Amino acid sequence: MRAEGRALRGVVALFLFGGLVFPIFAGLAQTARAAFGVMPAIGADNYNLAPWQQLFALPGFGTSLRLTLVTGLGSSLLALVLATGFCAVAHGRMSNAGMARLLTPFLAVPHAALAIGLAFLLAPSGWIARALSPWATGWIYPPDLATVNDGNGLALIVGLLVKEVPFLLLVIGSALGQMPVRQHLAAGRALGYGRGLVWIKIIMPQVYPQIRLPLFVVLAYALSVVDMAIVLGPSNPPVLAVAVTRWYAAPDTALILPASAAALLQVALVAGAVLAWLAGERALRAAGLWWLRQGGRGQSSEPGLKLATAIVLGLMILGALSLAALLVWSFAWRWSFPQVLPQSWSLKTWMTPGNGWGRALGTTLVLGLATTALSLALAVAWLEGEDRARRTRASWAGVLIYLPLLLPQIGFLYGLNILFLGMGISGGLSAVIWAQMLFVFPYVMIALSDPWRALDVQHVRAAAALGASPARRLFAVKLPMLLRPLATAAAIGFAVSVAQYLPTLFMGAGRVVTLTTEAVTLSSGSDRRVVGVYAVLQAALPFVGYGLAFVLPAVVYRNRRGLQGGGA
Amino acid sequence: MSLILNAVEVGPKLGKPLFAPLTLRVAPGEVATVMGPSGIGKSTLLDGIGGHLMHGFVLRGQVLLNGRSLPELPAEARRVGVLFQDAMLFPHLSVGDNLAFGLARAVRGASRRDAVAEALAQAGLAGFADRDPATLSGGQRARAALMRALLARPEALLLDEPFSRLDAELRAEIRGFVFDHVRAQGIPALMVTHDASDAEAAGGTTIAL
Repeated sequence: MRAEGRALRGVVALFLFGGLVFPIFAGLAQTARAAFGVMPAIGADNYNLAPWQQLFALPGFGTSLRLTLVTGLGSSLLALVLATGFCAVAHGRMSNAGMARLLTPFLAVPHAALAIGLAFLLAPSGWIARALSPWATGWIYPPDLATVNDGNGLALIVGLLVKEVPFLLLVIGSALGQMPVRQHLAAGRALGYGRGLVWIKIIMPQVYPQIRLPLFVVLAYALSVVDMAIVLGPSNPPVLAVAVTRWYAAPDTALILPASAAALLQVALVAGAVLAWLAGERALRAAGLWWLRQGGRGQSSEPGLKLATAIVLGLMILGALSLAALLVWSFAWRWSFPQVLPQSWSLKTWMTPGNGWGRALGTTLVLGLATTALSLALAVAWLEGEDRARRTRASWAGVLIYLPLLLPQIGFLYGLNILFLGMGISGGLSAVIWAQMLFVFPYVMIALSDPWRALDVQHVRAAAALGASPARRLFAVKLPMLLRPLATAAAIGFAVSVAQYLPTLFMGAGRVVTLTTEAVTLSSGSDRRVVGVYAVLQAALPFVGYGLAFVLPAVVYRNRRGLQGGGA
Repeated sequence: MSLILNAVEVGPKLGKPLFAPLTLRVAPGEVATVMGPSGIGKSTLLDGIGGHLMHGFVLRGQVLLNGRSLPELPAEARRVGVLFQDAMLFPHLSVGDNLAFGLARAVRGASRRDAVAEALAQAGLAGFADRDPATLSGGQRARAALMRALLARPEALLLDEPFSRLDAELRAEIRGFVFDHVRAQGIPALMVTHDASDAEAAGGTTIAL
């Protein structure tokens, strides 16, 4: 009785530390070593500072650094402000289910596909320019404007916002679900405060601690994003993470050491940004309390809220149009500027899977299904281990789950690949599956944890009192009752796997080609029709996953009222 | 054939027990009652007897059921049935499958279905085997839950305020139904409640915590 579930927890701990935690730190250690001049594989074995001197001397380094900070911090701050403003207006006017339906497409679509669609929309020869030409602009040829890949990273910021605002809305929404928002809002407004100010002075301070960790995930992601930055970001010099990827991939192995230094700098950058954010929080808290005590009612905050809402809706429209642009391009044949729609349509690209998309689709599916199944199994084993020990989760374990999402991928993936090379598994599917799981598992675990704990423990006790063994309680009671959250977690995990770029690129060593790696590679200057097909497929897979996750439980439990509804 | 509690205490592993040591003997067919206000640890006592304590909580003292010592055993091996405040029918299974879930392994083949059908009939639920438990009324659910518990052939039954969610009229009816079955089965039952009328109806030993 005392050892209940001990073996299970042992196995989970083994997989977790051996399979997830160890690779991250080992990869980080390899990167750090190389950053200070040690990489035996290329004959470098003296600790020194030369890689850093080389890095600082690389052309465009300073600009890359500035671009990274501007796009990363800028997009994260803007996303938070916009999401807050939108929530203030939309909360209470929109049902939770309605909000979920609105957000799901934006959460499901991979960054790369969205970025490619956005490029199709914003480019000088894109849909927006076509819609305005020639009647409004007088353009007969695409203008010579940098609307995508612009030197200031504005297109990249827009792209990040389209993905990050819905994510923050989701996170804020679930935090609001645990609060008496209506009462607080009513209490505040009865005291004469404007809606916007109640939101800022009363609601958000309560929400913020609960969304801080996801916010840091957003911040870390925005500071180190690669795929979206390749498609939308400045090209020369690019943001730091893209520059590091290029240096790593360069044929000249002499660049590997300064690239490692830059990768380590990328980690430091994220750490520094998080610390700066925390310092900003403190300052804002002090200032906010002073402001709050002044008792300003801010009855004129309404226009600000309306502006934020309008911008968020604009971003959502941009996102939807981007996906439409992908679809149209994939079926286009002749489509010259400034026609708004193709002059002729064709199924040709879709009819020739042999050109490459067939195999990429197959590989993407295999990777997605394998990582999802393994992650789900590990998550269930972990949660069941907690249940059998009748313990709640230690806080360090909670942080551990977020670790792979807070560390920049570029900081440890190349180093990890060096380890994989040593083990002889680099370039194979198993290496890619392993690397993708570092990022799929956390999302699966996060998605499954709350519903798992929300399961009424008395059902499980009732089963035990009826003589059901722990295994039977798991397989005959818990898992069937949790079918809906399990399916949702699987859909999320699958979407995360489909969207992975860097792990596939590095661990696959160019031999494992997925829809994502291919779409990003082709996005620069290739045939838009072909890119369109890859991006449509890449975007479609997660949608299919979410669709199944919605339909499957509804069909299986169509005659079980107690398990219907409850949203995604 | 009885349930014996000897100087039983329940509480946090490192802290003070929730209540003074409790000694009690429940005879077969008797429904003993533990009374007390909410928060005193009544439900935790039942968790301890049934083997469902949270991590960090311990039961000290002796619990014997028909001569077997319970605290060393996992919940599923104790043969102690529980009725909760809510019926806790599994929402993913039909009413019949809920009962079959509880039915002892020793009953095999076609007789399993017969046993379920008979139990349903006893509970006034004949023909309900394929129904979704969510479509049952509160009283029907409570009766189905009792039948499910009894089909597992428990040697004792714990009643964790099982009638508190029912309205007055239904309450008397379900209470009578449960107590009659306990007596007919000849097993000891231990009920916790904060309602004196429950204790009165049970007619067994009553202890206030």
